[in-house]
Amino acid sequence: MTAMLSAKDFTTSQEVRWCPGCGDYAVLKAVTKTLAELGARPESTAFISGIGCASRFPYYVETYGFHTIHGRAPAIATGLKLANPDIDVWVVTGDGDALSIGGNHLLHALRRNVGLNILLFNNEIYGLTKGQYSPTSRRGTRSPSSPGGSVDAPLSPGQFALGAGARFFARAIDTDKIGLGEVLKEAHVFEGAAFTEIFQNCIVYNEDVFADFTDRKNAAEMQLRLRHGEPMLFGADNKKGIRFSTDNFSLEVIEATSAPDEVLRHDETNKGLAHQLVELTAPVALGVIYKSPGDSFEKSWYEPRKNGLKRSSSVADALRSTNTWTVT
Amino acid sequence: MSDYNSMDSIVVRLAGDSGDGMQLMGSQFIASTALSGKDFATFPDYPAEIRAPVGTTFGVSAYQMNIGTDPITTAGDAPDVLVAFNPAALKVSLPLLSSGALLIVNDDSFTTRNLTKAGYAEDPRESGELDSYQLVPVDIGRFNLEAVKPFGLSKSDGGRCKNFWALGLLMWMFDRDLSPIEDWIRQKFAKKEVIRDANLAALHSGNAFGETAELSEAIPRFKIRTAELPAGEYRGITGTEALALGLAAAGELADRPVLFCSYPITPASPLLHRLSRLGELGVGTFQAEDEIAAICAAIGASYGGVIGVTSSSGPGIALKTEAMGLAVIAEIPLVIVNSQRGGPSSGLPTKTEQSDLYQAVYGRNADTPIPVIAARSAGDCFFAAIEAVRIALRHMTPVMLLSDGYLSNAAEPWLIPDIGEIDPIEVNAPPQPDDTHGTQGMAFERNPETHGRPWITPGMPGLMHRVGGIEKDIDTGHISYDPENHQRMTDMRAAKVASVAKFIPSQTMELGPEQGELLVIGWGSTYGPIYQAVKEIRKTDSDVSYTHLRHLFPLPENLGALLGNFNQLFVPEMNMGQLSTVLRDKLGVDPTPFCKVTGQPFLISELVEKMQSMLPPVVVSAGKPVAKGEVR
Repeated sequence: MTAMLSAKDFTTSQEVRWCPGCGDYAVLKAVTKTLAELGARPESTAFISGIGCASRFPYYVETYGFHTIHGRAPAIATGLKLANPDIDVWVVTGDGDALSIGGNHLLHALRRNVGLNILLFNNEIYGLTKGQYSPTSRRGTRSPSSPGGSVDAPLSPGQFALGAGARFFARAIDTDKIGLGEVLKEAHVFEGAAFTEIFQNCIVYNEDVFADFTDRKNAAEMQLRLRHGEPMLFGADNKKGIRFSTDNFSLEVIEATSAPDEVLRHDETNKGLAHQLVELTAPVALGVIYKSPGDSFEKSWYEPRKNGLKRSSSVADALRSTNTWTVT
Repeated sequence: MSDYNSMDSIVVRLAGDSGDGMQLMGSQFIASTALSGKDFATFPDYPAEIRAPVGTTFGVSAYQMNIGTDPITTAGDAPDVLVAFNPAALKVSLPLLSSGALLIVNDDSFTTRNLTKAGYAEDPRESGELDSYQLVPVDIGRFNLEAVKPFGLSKSDGGRCKNFWALGLLMWMFDRDLSPIEDWIRQKFAKKEVIRDANLAALHSGNAFGETAELSEAIPRFKIRTAELPAGEYRGITGTEALALGLAAAGELADRPVLFCSYPITPASPLLHRLSRLGELGVGTFQAEDEIAAICAAIGASYGGVIGVTSSSGPGIALKTEAMGLAVIAEIPLVIVNSQRGGPSSGLPTKTEQSDLYQAVYGRNADTPIPVIAARSAGDCFFAAIEAVRIALRHMTPVMLLSDGYLSNAAEPWLIPDIGEIDPIEVNAPPQPDDTHGTQGMAFERNPETHGRPWITPGMPGLMHRVGGIEKDIDTGHISYDPENHQRMTDMRAAKVASVAKFIPSQTMELGPEQGELLVIGWGSTYGPIYQAVKEIRKTDSDVSYTHLRHLFPLPENLGALLGNFNQLFVPEMNMGQLSTVLRDKLGVDPTPFCKVTGQPFLISELVEKMQSMLPPVVVSAGKPVAKGEVR
């Protein structure tokens, strides 16, 4: 039996270099705590990141860690997972890293269902390069590269993931210890690509961009905390609920007390529902939005390889597996 | 029946539409050549289009082979025999032929329509254009259709058997045993009985035609004397096959699996295809979403403790460049195979070139040295692959292995090596975990000779560490922006690659003494024509020597001194003088380049001619200073 480790055991000696007050601190804390609670082993855990503020993450976790290049973490993590499927591989990425320069790799990691825990730190801005608008920035975002306001339509990480064929999509708020912790644990046990969008507050370049639903005073009215099989209730005293409107084929808010039977129950396996949930803006859906277990890529990849990557015959034989002749 | 023409070597070219099955016909003929104990070299020459418009000159696909007694290292300058399946194939091939060559033309393809498509205003069979050749028209199409008639195939399906009909005739001309081809057809078409039987019938019909047709008086037969090859067990091999088996052998020698991560690109894809069938040898393959993902997955694989290999051709290699820098700074082993093709951009995808040497040696941002080696022949790809993996694991560095489109497809007879006689590949073993001073620094305790760090991989207890693309402290491995440290790390990376030279053999001569008037320096797939050309010119007692480079960066330690022993240096290469530049840069010499970028290999004759022009006249005026080849 190995001793249980604490969150502190998963913390490196390195001084954390995010801006004071950055949402990343809270995520780091939640992750190390979750690792300890899950009984993870540092030697069989690896954090792979790309480039961006969030991608400094591996330096602060006492496991194996690889801080790679911009956008490519899912590809490097895929190679690692094929080389050694026993490693618990986490990918840490941001909205620019995952959805701009690395969009292609994320798309393919999701549709292949590679066994990775992918944490998207979405702050809707490029932090490390000093505040340019990102692919998730809302239209009209004023930034050093869009002084008149950005004109690009923003990308929805949830729709991207579902469209790419992701089998696990969840959301959490950086400072929500409990909600984030629960989602991380669900992501960890999921076999395949578990994609979690974390709403992360950049206090320097995009402060309070999510405040309309993350602020404590707005939380009750603006957050829909999903639990599989339970009614979709929110608001003060859970007085509000979500109903499916057959008139316009979408979700709508109703007074739960007046029509309790019409409130939807969350079914995390329903992809059509997931597409609707990720579009909700008031309230914002949080928790595990979609989960559809299936064989992971590495499982399917190893399926025909009975001995794994061990060799079962010699090159000496392979060299002669064709017509040969002897010169005397 | 005609008598055999006995000869030492012969060059045969098969040419037809890209859908006529020329490559298949050629490779089957070569397989039988191998079994009959001849030496050979081949040159598949095909268009980029999968099915170019029928009957056009740009849709011509050809397979050239040189078969003989003496060591054969090229596919031959000028074909002695041409089998042309249509007027376009004749038109494209005619300028290449030796005078008096034998032309076997598919007579019934010479319709007005096909002649027009090929751009012939007049039928060349009647215009006198072919008078200096030995023309043998054969109704290949018609005879083939008659042969396959009993199998009830459609006209177009039946017509596809005509390459086997012609192969049958060729086999008769060269007195070959049909059974290996019959076996191959039975195996290949085991599940398509009608196709199998039709192809067999076509093969036999073509063969019998040679035997019985009235025309056979006009069809010469050839007997090539058996080659005097060193004793041992042989097989035929292409560069792709040798490279695939070499990578698998490297895995076996290092006792590690190989993960090959690649994205399809001409002419590199066949390597992915071949390796995807070598699972038994501990090889895994991953077809990535793009070139960048392919190298990144290979880096991830090496990070995870298996031998990561990626492969592409020039344009794809360009895309992988940033990731190579990551492997360099993170000190992760990796092999990058470049099957070079004509460029820039998409360039000439199916034609060969050696023009990615600058890219390999110099083509990265910052001071990012990577060892570069090249294969010289199809069989040599096997040993080059082993050498690349050996360097990567010894020094914990990415290594660039240069092949090219010609080598990928070319075939030659190959003396099967004894794996037991090849040195095992050693890896930098992980240290014992030690809790007293933390584990981060242990990952960067480098071997002082090789600068290789221990290969510590996720899963190893007590050795957790962080690594990345940001500069790290040379000792602790933690992030460091210290200016002095960056200088030391840059120096270390340079010293690491330079140290490769301490482990490689001294440069030796292929032909001629180690000093004299003219030294020819070659690299890569030009080995064949240069070897023959130098051998040829040395027959006239010319003072010419030849050396061929495996290691392009770093260069062998004795190379500078060796080059200094000659008055003139001559570098033929299929680019605009890239090795000449590298030699000038690294050794301060001034070679004369000889450049050719036509997508075709060098001809022996053009090399001989150029060398002759460089050699001084017999009487040299005394006291004239020697400028060329002098070491600065």
